[in-house]
Amino acid sequence: MMKSNLYTEVKNGSSPVNISDIPVLDYGRFSEEVCTMLTEERFHCLSYFCYPAGEVMKFICCIADDGSGTFRILSHEQTGSAPLLSLTAKVYSMHIFEREISENHGVMFEDHPWLKPVRYPHYRADRQSVMDNYPFYEIEGEELHEVGVGPVHAGVIEPGHFRFICNGEKVLHLEIQLGYQHRGIERLFVDNRAGLRNALLLESEAGDGMRRALLAEDIAGDSAVSHGLAHAQLTESLALFEPPASLQAERCIALELERIAVHIGDTAALCGDVAYQLGQVACEALRTMVINTTQYWCGNRFGKGLIRPGGTNFPVTELIAGEILTVLEEVDRRYSNVVDCVYTLPSVLGRFEDIGVITRAQAISIGAVGMAARTCGVPRDIRATHPFQQYRQTPVTAVMQESGDVLARGRLRALEVKESVKIIRRLIDEWRKQSVESGQPRYNLAYRPDSLAISVTEGWRGEICHVAVTDHKGRLMVYKIKDPSMHNWMALALAVRNQEISDFPVCNKSFNLSYCGHDL
Amino acid sequence: MTMAGFILIAVAAFFFPGIILRTKSIASGRKGPGLFQPLQDVAVLLKKGSVFSSTTGLIFRIAPSVTLVSAACAMMLLPFAEQKALLSFEGDFILFAYMLALGKFFTIIAALDTGSSFEGMGASREAFFSMLVEPAFFVLMATFAMFTGYTSFSVIFNHFFITGNDYVLIYSIIGAYLLAQIAMVENSRFPVDDPKTHLELTMIHEVMILDYSGFDKALIHIGTWLKFTLYGSLIYNLVVPAGWNLFLKIGLFFGVQALLAVVIGITESFRARNKMNKNPKFILTLSAIALIGFTVILILTDKLA
Repeated sequence: MMKSNLYTEVKNGSSPVNISDIPVLDYGRFSEEVCTMLTEERFHCLSYFCYPAGEVMKFICCIADDGSGTFRILSHEQTGSAPLLSLTAKVYSMHIFEREISENHGVMFEDHPWLKPVRYPHYRADRQSVMDNYPFYEIEGEELHEVGVGPVHAGVIEPGHFRFICNGEKVLHLEIQLGYQHRGIERLFVDNRAGLRNALLLESEAGDGMRRALLAEDIAGDSAVSHGLAHAQLTESLALFEPPASLQAERCIALELERIAVHIGDTAALCGDVAYQLGQVACEALRTMVINTTQYWCGNRFGKGLIRPGGTNFPVTELIAGEILTVLEEVDRRYSNVVDCVYTLPSVLGRFEDIGVITRAQAISIGAVGMAARTCGVPRDIRATHPFQQYRQTPVTAVMQESGDVLARGRLRALEVKESVKIIRRLIDEWRKQSVESGQPRYNLAYRPDSLAISVTEGWRGEICHVAVTDHKGRLMVYKIKDPSMHNWMALALAVRNQEISDFPVCNKSFNLSYCGHDL
Repeated sequence: MTMAGFILIAVAAFFFPGIILRTKSIASGRKGPGLFQPLQDVAVLLKKGSVFSSTTGLIFRIAPSVTLVSAACAMMLLPFAEQKALLSFEGDFILFAYMLALGKFFTIIAALDTGSSFEGMGASREAFFSMLVEPAFFVLMATFAMFTGYTSFSVIFNHFFITGNDYVLIYSIIGAYLLAQIAMVENSRFPVDDPKTHLELTMIHEVMILDYSGFDKALIHIGTWLKFTLYGSLIYNLVVPAGWNLFLKIGLFFGVQALLAVVIGITESFRARNKMNKNPKFILTLSAIALIGFTVILILTDKLA
């Protein structure tokens, strides 16, 4: 942990920071610092939130420095309800955080382009703001028409409303209204209500720990391992618990398996959206092989129940490791054949190439993370820049694409699957060298009081950031979750501009963003 | 015997969608549904009642019946081999084209009747693409008419091989190719439309019939099958010469229909669908091929001078 008089610096997954150690800046200084940092490409904002601390409202901003591999924590405190000068005017990527703060706590930001509601939480500041009166952007014009899609999805996946403004077949503007999946997850993490615990027939201390581990896996069902790991890592960090190396390796194997499975599934879906049947069925079959391997390991195809704080219920055995290697060998071979075929077929290329382009400048300005950023030449991969768990010993290089179109997002998936297979092989080698058992999960880890901890993992979609603040008794006071979808939904909205409306589904699928991860 | 064409087309229609489905299943290595699954689906739909949106009116309700009846009327105009069609007069191919267009017209205004933004979008696409494919059909028919000197289906097909012209084979092939492609466009199949998609924004035909259910939906399905075999029957008449043994001809008729279905199934398995703005170019190419054929015939038959 490094300190300066402006911010506190920590590493990913390191021991927590004392709240009182974080320098409190006045807002002018804070704003200047944050804006200066975020105009540089190596910085991006992980989380910006506020919570009431006694009389004052305490604002915490966590910024990742990809250059040095550290997180910088800045803070400022406000009393009263005077409006603050918005950061968004200078750094566009802050828009979603300021909208969230404004919605939850009624803090007003001056000069923010439009403080629209984000997800209508039950305890929102403005109870008048409801789904039905969402302020959509409108354009007047004789030749324009609006197309509203959703909230019920045609394929009945998750709800979200898309409002297109089109000129004929061409999309001029897309606005995405989310919030339908809001479940109050962040509050559930913090609440210690006995009702929930009793419903799960759990005992007090350990019960809360288990309840939270279960909750973390349910933040976004397709990222059960990634979110579960972010939570487990955060919990261990708050409890100053260092997981054994074998456990760290196992967790990374699970994370990569999840990545492989989802990427192959997405390739199938991309083929399906352009009606290329052969690619679709071939990839669907391969995805099943991968998720069935996860099931063989932990009994659940999506890896639920696999990641737990302090240990695991399903330690890897030589049998499981062997099975994973055998399956991956075949999946790797067959998937390579399929993608070779898919990404050379003219009719498929015609649907993917130059469709839904995100430029590098756009990606940086909206703070795109993960795959969306890597497809247009912005190297944001937490495994490489802020390594966690076993990635500290097994370094990973970020896979990159430059063109930022649907084809780039498709190809990135193909390359990442190949890379992940190699990573898993290395991880299994590492795991074989370890002699210490992974141990049983520990749900009753005691958290350090008055502390703040950050944990960031790289899920298949991108970086997942969990931040927790504890009170003087070591109970959770604030739990903030940030799914990569928070930033990347805006990338989708930009990608479909000036495209044909009929290309929206394939653009949407190429990002494959999470509704519930955003809505929490 | 004049009923022969009518009956054969109707019988072939019941197997057509099943063959496409089976082809696609086999091509993708799936077990897939059986040959008669589409029939069973429609049988279930026929037993069900229909649900209507409160924003729709009379047009929406009569459209499926009009579509089916117009397809049936078009069937009456098609001959089978040297048999005359049920209805046959000079210029009957124009009535054929516009019977099908009438059905399409009703589907389109019924889609607009629902007031949904999706259906309006689909209707506009369908109208646009149908408009583009129309010249291809008429230029092709004009070519045949000029070639044989007659303007009625029955007589044209009766004289097609008797003219003793060596170029006839070429014309059968180009004609068969064009008719197969026109059938795919008119029936909203590959590469213009994808009947399997669940994404309204990419749909053309499917989105227009989204609001239909039960009995009405069954009528629409049957109408689509009939349209396929209508074109299949045209192709048959084009490639199989009149005057062969009757049973052989019936066998060949089903052979040609099955082949068309297999070709559609294979096309839909091994390629992706067109990008929407590529469709006009694709369809205009069909008209262009038809025009080239027309010009060549003009030159060959010395009618240019």
